[in-house]
This record gives sequence, C-alpha cells and structure tokens, in this order.
Amino acid sequence: MFTFLFFFLIIAAFMCLYRVMVGPTPPDRMVAIDILGIIVVGMCALFAAQTKRDFYLYIAISWSILSFVGTLALVKFLEGRGFDE
Amino acid sequence: MSNSFAVAFIIIGVTFDLLGCLGLIRLPDIYNRLQAATKSVTLGTCAILFGVALEFGIINSGGIKALICILFVMFTSPTAAHALARGSHIRGFKLWEESVVDKLKKDREK
Amino acid sequence: MKKRLAEFIVIFSMWILLTWSVKIQDLFAGLVVAFFVTILTRRLFPDDFLKLLNPRRFLLGAFYIPYLFYYILLANLDVAYRVLNPFLPIRPGIVKVKTSLKNDFAKTILANSITLTPGTLTVEVDGDYFYVHWINVSSDDPEIQRELILGRFERMLRRVFE
Repeated sequence: MFTFLFFFLIIAAFMCLYRVMVGPTPPDRMVAIDILGIIVVGMCALFAAQTKRDFYLYIAISWSILSFVGTLALVKFLEGRGFDE
Repeated sequence: MSNSFAVAFIIIGVTFDLLGCLGLIRLPDIYNRLQAATKSVTLGTCAILFGVALEFGIINSGGIKALICILFVMFTSPTAAHALARGSHIRGFKLWEESVVDKLKKDREK
Repeated sequence: MKKRLAEFIVIFSMWILLTWSVKIQDLFAGLVVAFFVTILTRRLFPDDFLKLLNPRRFLLGAFYIPYLFYYILLANLDVAYRVLNPFLPIRPGIVKVKTSLKNDFAKTILANSITLTPGTLTVEVDGDYFYVHWINVSSDDPEIQRELILGRFERMLRRVFE
C-alpha cells in the first residue's frame, strides 16, 4: 500500500526535476527546488509511517527548515544583494 | 495499516502533491507556477503529515513531532513563496504576455 | 523581561514536546539550551505577541485557524480545477489593494493568509498597500477587488489585534 503512494510521490518529484531541467528562467528552477524540498518532507513522513519509527520525523522537521533557509539564500542571490545586508 | 482515516488523509495528500506538480509543469509563467505549486503542495504535505500523526496516535512521541512539522511547513512555505515572487519582480522577470494588469511595475516606474 | 520569560517558556516547552521524555537529564539539557537561545536571539516574537494572552483574543485567534483551513481547501479545489481543465482558464495580473490594519504582526498574518487562499499571492508590501498577484482578475473596480481579496480576513484580524 505505502509502496504505491511512494511511487506517486516519486512521479511528483520527477515533475519538479523536469521543471528544474527545462525551466526557461532562473526563478522557475528555484520554485521547483523549493517545492521539491516540501515533497521530500512528505516522503520522510511516509517513511516514518511505513517503518513505525519516529526519528524519520526529525529528518522531516530539519529538512523543512533547511529548505526554507536555502530558498531565502537563493532569493538574496536573485535580488543581487550581498549576504551581509 | 490499521487506521483507515489515516490512510484516507495520506491518499488525499499525495493526490494534491501530484496536482501541484502538474500545475508546475502546465502553467505559463513564474507567478502562476508559484500560485499552484505553493498552495497544493503545502496542503498535500500537511495532509500527509496529519495522516502520519493519526497513524502513530496523536498524543505520542511520533504524533507530536508530525504536528510540529505541520506548523513549520505552514509558516515557512508562504513566506518562501512571497520572497521568491518579490525577488523575481525586483529583478524584472516579466509576467505572461496575456496578463491583464501590472500595477506594481507602473508604480515602480513613477 | 516579561517578554524574555515568555520566549523562554515557549522554547522550553517546544524542547519537551520534541524529546518527549521527562527524565532529569533531558530536562536539564533543555533548560541550558533554552536559556542560551533566549539570550542569543534578540527579538524572537513581535511586540504584540503578548496581546494573545488575553483570553478573548486568544479564543478569536483559535477560531481563525479552522476558518483559514476552510479557505485553504477551497483554494486547492480551485487550483485543481484550473490545472485539470484543458483550456487553462486563467487571466492573471498584479493588482493593488489597501488594507486598514495598522498592526505589523496582523499585517504579516494577513499577507500569509492571502498567499494561501484562492488564486492570490502577495508580491510586495508597501506601507498600507499590498500588491497581489491574482490568477483570475474578475473585476477592474478597486473596491470590489479589495472586498474579494481582503474582506473575509480583515474583519476577523481587526477583532483579534485591535
């Protein structure tokens, strides 16, 4: 049962990777990377439910925070500002 | 697979994730893609996490962690979407050519 | 000082919820970590956060969450309809709306709510004005636009924060 759900989530992740590969402008790729991060959080949660071990949820929490910080760093690069402003 | 409510939530979440990624592929410009992708994928992931919390049992070490993760995702993802839209507008990436109005660009040029 | 104490309590209870154990060594490590985080961070919460401790405001704020969830669900059905329709029924544009909220924390919550609700995305905030990207611009009149985008949240947030 969970294996099927993993299959669909991996299809969604590959759609994001398609957008990262094709995306005509840089912000398109950044959006796709951000969304990919949130999908990975969902995958970690599913993995926790499948194996009945809750430490995968620690990975989910830290992944959600780190992907947020990474997106903000990319946006600073996009706006053309330095990192110490 | 004991709890059928949990499985229903997880299936709904995976469906919304798929729809959001379909929107990421089909829609024409960066702002529309942000709209579709942010909303659907946020709700989808939150539904998956809630289903996982039900599967562990809410008042439990696993359930509490899943609920805290829902809180983080709900706070961070609109902020990231806002930052991305603002940054790409400042840098001057155009809207789709069939867009109706762009008040922000007009006000910037003043 | 009261604010620092509130920050300390929130961080420490978050630690307890995450470790989910009441052994003495875990509690001691949590106290040390929460103490240093409280000292090292300057402003974790905005100034108006303590207003939520008032019970009436807290109840209204708690009622705001299911209200928001209803509109998030509507937003997702809307997105699903637009994505699955083969003709892509979209008419995007950036419109400018004025909010009457004065409080910064309330404005932050309002901007995030706009991002999560049907077809709208906050692009820029400039004082009292929000620039909102709208996926289906259905009217050119600023008053109707304002009512459609902000109306349902603004009334409620004003009662919570002002």
